[in-house]
Amino acid sequence: MALAARLPTKHTMNKLLLHPAAKPLLFALALLPFAHLLWGAVQNTLGANPAEALIRGTGDWVLRFLCITLAVTPLREAFSLTGLARMRRMLGNFAFFYGLLHFLSYAWLDMGLDLPAIAADIPKRPFVLVGTLALLLMAPLAATSFNRAIKALGAARWKRLHKAVYGTALLGLLHFFWMRAGKNDFGEWAIYALVMAVLLGWRVRGALLRRRSASGSRAAAT
Amino acid sequence: MHHRPDRGFDHAIPSEITPRAVYEGRRDWLRRLSAGALGAGLAGWAGREALAQAGPKAAALAALPGGKSAVAGANVMDAVTPKALSTTYNNFYEFGTDKADPARNAGTLKTRPWTVVVEGAVAKPRTYGIDDLLKLAPMEERIYRLRCVEGWSMVVPWVGWSLAELIKQVEPTGNAKFVEFHTLADAKTMPFVGSRVLEWPYVEGLRMDEAMHPLTMMVFGLYGEVLPNQNGAPLRLAVPWKYGFKSGKSIVKIRFTEQQPKTAWVKAAAQEYGFYSNVNPKVDHPRWSQATERRLGEDGIFAKKRPTLMFNGYESQVGQLYAGLDLAKNF
Repeated sequence: MALAARLPTKHTMNKLLLHPAAKPLLFALALLPFAHLLWGAVQNTLGANPAEALIRGTGDWVLRFLCITLAVTPLREAFSLTGLARMRRMLGNFAFFYGLLHFLSYAWLDMGLDLPAIAADIPKRPFVLVGTLALLLMAPLAATSFNRAIKALGAARWKRLHKAVYGTALLGLLHFFWMRAGKNDFGEWAIYALVMAVLLGWRVRGALLRRRSASGSRAAAT
Repeated sequence: MHHRPDRGFDHAIPSEITPRAVYEGRRDWLRRLSAGALGAGLAGWAGREALAQAGPKAAALAALPGGKSAVAGANVMDAVTPKALSTTYNNFYEFGTDKADPARNAGTLKTRPWTVVVEGAVAKPRTYGIDDLLKLAPMEERIYRLRCVEGWSMVVPWVGWSLAELIKQVEPTGNAKFVEFHTLADAKTMPFVGSRVLEWPYVEGLRMDEAMHPLTMMVFGLYGEVLPNQNGAPLRLAVPWKYGFKSGKSIVKIRFTEQQPKTAWVKAAAQEYGFYSNVNPKVDHPRWSQATERRLGEDGIFAKKRPTLMFNGYESQVGQLYAGLDLAKNF
């Protein structure tokens, strides 16, 4: 029953995902948090400490977009949603976009764009350093996110380069952990850790299975 | 595999689910993770900021006027922070760690009847009822700066009297070197008591001479009204030259001791928080600078942060308390 009921759903889903409007729609959706924060800043509805709300709000969305981006491939494979693949780079770029906003909010609202002070602050505070590294690690991925970059690098090399997103995810998680560590307040952090553990664990499992089946076939060949 | 998109993910209001999960599953990490934390996190995902702004409607509070204070430094000239901000942006972890949580959750706090036990190294230990305390000394209004260790500040018109008035009544003995303040830890009315953020009850402390300083204030009201629950009703401390967390809220016990009290934040992270915790722009917190601060409600988002003053601007009143003390070591 389940199979018969689900086959058309999958097709419908893929049809929707492949619809020409799907990507622009997702693009607009991904900009909503930005619009919401910007609107709040302009209208002064971000609460008593709007600077903090902007810094934290943009940071939250980096982690969320990293989770969403990392979920694309597992979802695609688990539910045969081939149409999801074309969204992945854009979602990753949004993680970088919110990362830039996050850094800019910190540099501007917290540090008053005082460059020497920022340069001194980053190495002094481990969690800021880790966050900065996470952002820097994303930069080459964002810079090579267009089609010609894939051709220029070659698909295999491009794929290897873009595995750096795992590093960004882990550094981002550490950054958030450290930020919350002062208050032993890990509830929200645990959500992100759990989601990322599932998404990265799924990849580790896949790699292990591939290695086992590779060695299995080698054993069979000899 | 079946999809069940609504399973456990449908909590609309974090305040409705987190608290219960927390006090039901006090030591049960897994349960907290699956219910309390998941709820809070996913609600955050869905836009916690939006919920925070809805807030509860402020109940009408009884008037509590205070006369002008003659204490030096009791009336700073800074613009007073709007009440709407200082009563909705609070650190009161018994009601949640988000700044908006206390205003949302502290409605459950029962502030009457209320007693404060005064004990330890005193000749006349005594249990005070809240009404005794309200009459103990004439109410004064004092406009103090409040500097949070997190780098923001407010200016609050408190109503109350110098703690010294109470201390004189109970006659501390020669063994009284420190004063410990215990705040309420009632898991039934305080949803986050039992969470692992801090050790409960929240304990703070002062050196005897700090506690006796006329600026150290027992507070019963703000803005001419009794304290709202989220600001530490029915009584709290205000020690304006120290970071805000030194000023305990909803105090139930005052204890005079010979040993330096083991205070909540020192127990939680001794490398980050010291016993003294005097506002000091030259001694940074390990995770952020203390050189500047943002005055809430006054400094625009893009305004440069203002410099933090030594002892929060109360150096001429309290500086002599620390003569000869290495403030970098005794932070």
